[in-house]
Formats: sequence, C-alpha cells, structure tokens
Amino acid sequence: MKPVDPATDAADDLLRLEGISVWLSGRQVLRDVSFSLRAGEVTGLIGSNGTGKTTIFRVILGLQRVSAGRVWIAGEARTGHTPAIGYVPQTVALDPDMPLRARDVVGLGIDGPRIGIPLPSRRRRQAVNEMLESVDAIHFADDRVGRLSGGEQRRILIAHALISRPQLLLLDEPLISLDIRSEQEVVQLLSRIARQQRIAILISAHDMNPLLAAMDRIVYVAGGRAASGATNEVVQTEVLSKLYGRQVDVIRLRDRVLVVSGSEETSAADHEHAHETADPGLV
Amino acid sequence: MIFGSGFFQSAPVQVGLVVGSVVSVVSGVVGVFTVIRGQSFSGHGLADLGATGGSGAFLIGVSQFWGFVAIAGVAAATIELLGLRQPRGRDVATGVVLGAGLGLAALFLYLDTTVSHSTGAPITILFGSIFAIDSRLVPIIVGLSVASLAIVLLFYRMLLFSSLSSDMAAARGVPVRLVGIGYLVALALAVALSAMTIGAVLSTALLIGPAACALRLTRRPGWALALAALIGVLVTWISVVLAYNSYYWSPGGRAWPVSFFVVALIFSLYLLTQIPFANWRQRRSTQLVVGEIQSADG
Repeated sequence: MKPVDPATDAADDLLRLEGISVWLSGRQVLRDVSFSLRAGEVTGLIGSNGTGKTTIFRVILGLQRVSAGRVWIAGEARTGHTPAIGYVPQTVALDPDMPLRARDVVGLGIDGPRIGIPLPSRRRRQAVNEMLESVDAIHFADDRVGRLSGGEQRRILIAHALISRPQLLLLDEPLISLDIRSEQEVVQLLSRIARQQRIAILISAHDMNPLLAAMDRIVYVAGGRAASGATNEVVQTEVLSKLYGRQVDVIRLRDRVLVVSGSEETSAADHEHAHETADPGLV
Repeated sequence: MIFGSGFFQSAPVQVGLVVGSVVSVVSGVVGVFTVIRGQSFSGHGLADLGATGGSGAFLIGVSQFWGFVAIAGVAAATIELLGLRQPRGRDVATGVVLGAGLGLAALFLYLDTTVSHSTGAPITILFGSIFAIDSRLVPIIVGLSVASLAIVLLFYRMLLFSSLSSDMAAARGVPVRLVGIGYLVALALAVALSAMTIGAVLSTALLIGPAACALRLTRRPGWALALAALIGVLVTWISVVLAYNSYYWSPGGRAWPVSFFVVALIFSLYLLTQIPFANWRQRRSTQLVVGEIQSADG
C-alpha cells in the first residue's frame, strides 16, 4: 500500500516536497528542500541559474533520484514513474522545416506516448481545437511550429502540456528570450489557467519581476536551499540573507523587487560558497 | 520513351522494379525520421559502412546482401552501446568509425578485384545493381523491409514526440531509449536493403533526398512519410526507364547505371523544392510580423 501524506493540512496540496536532498557529481545540489503547491495557485521557483531549479523539476517528474526526502503528489508518495504532470522544458529546439504543425504538437499531448499510427478522430480534433482556442493560438494552428515566434511556440507547448488534463504544470524558465509583450501574455495566460482549471502551476525563473503580479507564492532557491511562502514574507532582507549565508538586501523600487548582493560573508558554515564570488542572479 | 518489347516482361527487370520500389518506400519513411532527428550523418555512416560489409562478404564467397545487413547491425549496435547522446560526440565517433570502416573497405574491395579479376564486384557493392538481384533474396528483402516499416509505424507517435523534445517525452513516460534503439534498427535495415539496388555509397541519397523534398513540400508528418515514399518509388521507376533507354543515346553506346539516374533525379527534385515559390505559404507569418511591428510602434 502506498504511504499516505501524514500532514493534516495537506488536503489542498497537489504537490509536496519534504526534505529533498540531491547529490550530483559529488556536489550537493539540493539540501533539505521542502515546499508545497496548491490547486489554483501560481508558484514562482526563483533562483539564479545553476541553483538547482531544473533539478527540482526533475525530482518532481521522477527523473532524478534523491538521497533524502520524499515527494507527495496529490497525497500519495511518488514511488515509481510519473503520473500525468504537465511539463514545459526550458529549451525545445524546433527546426523551421520540421513537419509538425502547431496543432500536431498539441495533438501529441494527447496521444504522443501511444503505440501505432493515430486514426483520424473528430473528438481528438475537437479537443485540440478547444485547447488551441484557450491559449489563443487557433489562428496559427496550421503553421509549422518551427516557424512560429518564441511567444507563440511557448503557448503551443503550454497547450500541449495542458491537453492531457494534468493537475500540476511545471514550466522551466518559460519567459527566457521572450519580448516584454510575449512575457506578459504568457504570464497572464498561466494565471488564468491556474484559476479557471484549478491547476497548480510552478514556474521557474531567475528574475521574479515579470511574475510578481501572477505569483501567489514563491519558492526562493539559493545555495541548494529553499525558502517558501507568501512572496512578501519570503522576499525580505533577513530571510534571504539567511538563505544565502551572506548579507543581501531586498530593495523595493516602485513595483519591482531587487535583490542586491552585499560584500561580506557572514556565515562561516557555507564552504560551498567559498568559490562563488558573486551570485549572477543578484544585481 | 522507347520501350523495347518485353522490357517489363523480363525477370531481372521485374525483380529490380519490385525490390527497388519496396526499398524506396522503406528508405523514404525511415529517411523522414532520420532528417527530423538530425541523424543524417549516422545514416550516411551506416550506409557507407555497407561497403565494408558487402566487400567482406564477397571475399568469403557470400552474397553481399548478408554483408550489408551484418555490418549495419554491428554498426548500429556499436552506436547504441557507445551510448552517445550528444550530437557532436555522436558525430565524431561516427566519423572515426566510418573512416576506419572505409579503410577496411578499401582493402576488401581491392582484394575482391584480385579474386574475380574484374571490378564488377566492387562496382556492384558501391553503386548497386538493380537488375542483378538474386531472386531467392527477394522474399527476405521484402520481409526485412516490412520489419523496418513495422518498427517505424509502431513507434510513430513516440518517435515524433521524442524528436520534438526527449525531455518532455521522457516526462510523459515514453521509453526514449527503447524508441531510439528501434529507430536505429529500422535505419540499419533501410540502408542495408537499399544498398542492394543503388549501392552502399548512394543509399544515403535515397534515404535523405526524398525525405528532404517531402519536408519542404508538406507540414503534416503523415503526408511527409507518404510523400517521401512516393517520391522514392517514382524516381526508381523513372530511373529504370531512363537507364534502359540510355543504351540508345549515351555517348559510349552503353547503358548508364540506374543508380546514377536515381541520384540525379533526386537532386534535381531537391533543387526544385528549394525554389522560393514555397514562400507563398509563409505569407501569414510575414503579415503577423508586420502587425507586431506596427502595434509596438503604436
């Protein structure tokens, strides 16, 4: 029998990570990371590149073994491979000549893992059309996916991930190399989907600012550790300084948040930081 | 076109057309996935290594067909066991192994000429001989072709999915490694089989060419497969007719090889598909870009 999540307030948690530690190539990439995601909420996984955000995703997807900790999905411990979780990775290289239309990519979200040739089905076509409309992509549905703009491709990949009706959607740096307007479109789309479809969405980014309006909660990752909670509670000087193990300052400037690095190391315990001169995500 | 009476009734021609058609279908279909997966060089390498296998088989008195199949299998297994995932690492390893294999082929082909005191065997191995296929091999060729097609069609959706993104496919539970192995087996079979009709050196053209044309002509995956197969078959038939007729108009008064016409036709067709009259399909994208620029200014 699968173990059931013992936490009593976990009823709403679609995902819970508890004490996750991961070692890669002799280095501890994640240390005692814990957080949870609730239905209908958008959570930002914020941290500079290389801090373990993609590793966290891989742990959630069951693609990465952990040395400690557990992953609970909808109240059940993950033991084997993935239940349906929508996932949009960071880079999906799409060749301009690839013979896949936008609607073909979305269709693969329904039956990509199945054996054999797909038979034409009205229901399938309808489901694909509905999904394309909900991400506002119906007008380029028949174009080659490799010829679409970055923002359009992101929307198609989101549609692909959502069409299998997952309860959980993970997006790894979905805003990279998008222009500001496309960024806003994608963020608004994700916010709307989370609320309307009661999905838990986890978005990773190295800059939290484009997500501030849509984020319900934040998981801030630094040095392999994470602090999670409401954005206003976590993004504070004291909390982040403790997380980084050195003095950082949180500056709120109009509607933007800046995390600024100090010059001194305050904690002697973090030998892993000794060779890091400056955290690239900090200003 | 001049058809000699009884041209299509002669057994070698019939065998050649059947085998040529079947092999073209397999090459076209497998070729589409080869191009999509960016494994054209692996396909090319496997095809060229056929020369080593075929010439080695001839030396020990066995039909070159078994040499083609055996070496394709060994090479594909090697690629898989070496476990090369990164394209660049795979390219380098393929290049090195290919070089070594071709060196062996050079030796075997030379020895072949000393065995039979003619260059007939090497020419057949390198450039094929569609009219000289042993009819006893036909059922085996057809059977292996069906096997190769079956693998690709069985894995059709998973192949498309993992070509889109192996990360996303793995996250959805697609057995990406198994699918890759299946594809390699299908590829090895395809190049080994087409080496019989157009030779080890030119089977790359039959693998990549029709597929490349099809990818320019259609955006639907299913149509790309059908089109690549159709192009391969048509080119083969036309080439057979052209080769037969070249007896009458070629400068030396001898019939030119079928494989030459196959490659020439494929290349011509490829050039045609590169002509930008295909740009009329892109007008929507152009309009969208213009629209975005205007609204950004506004």
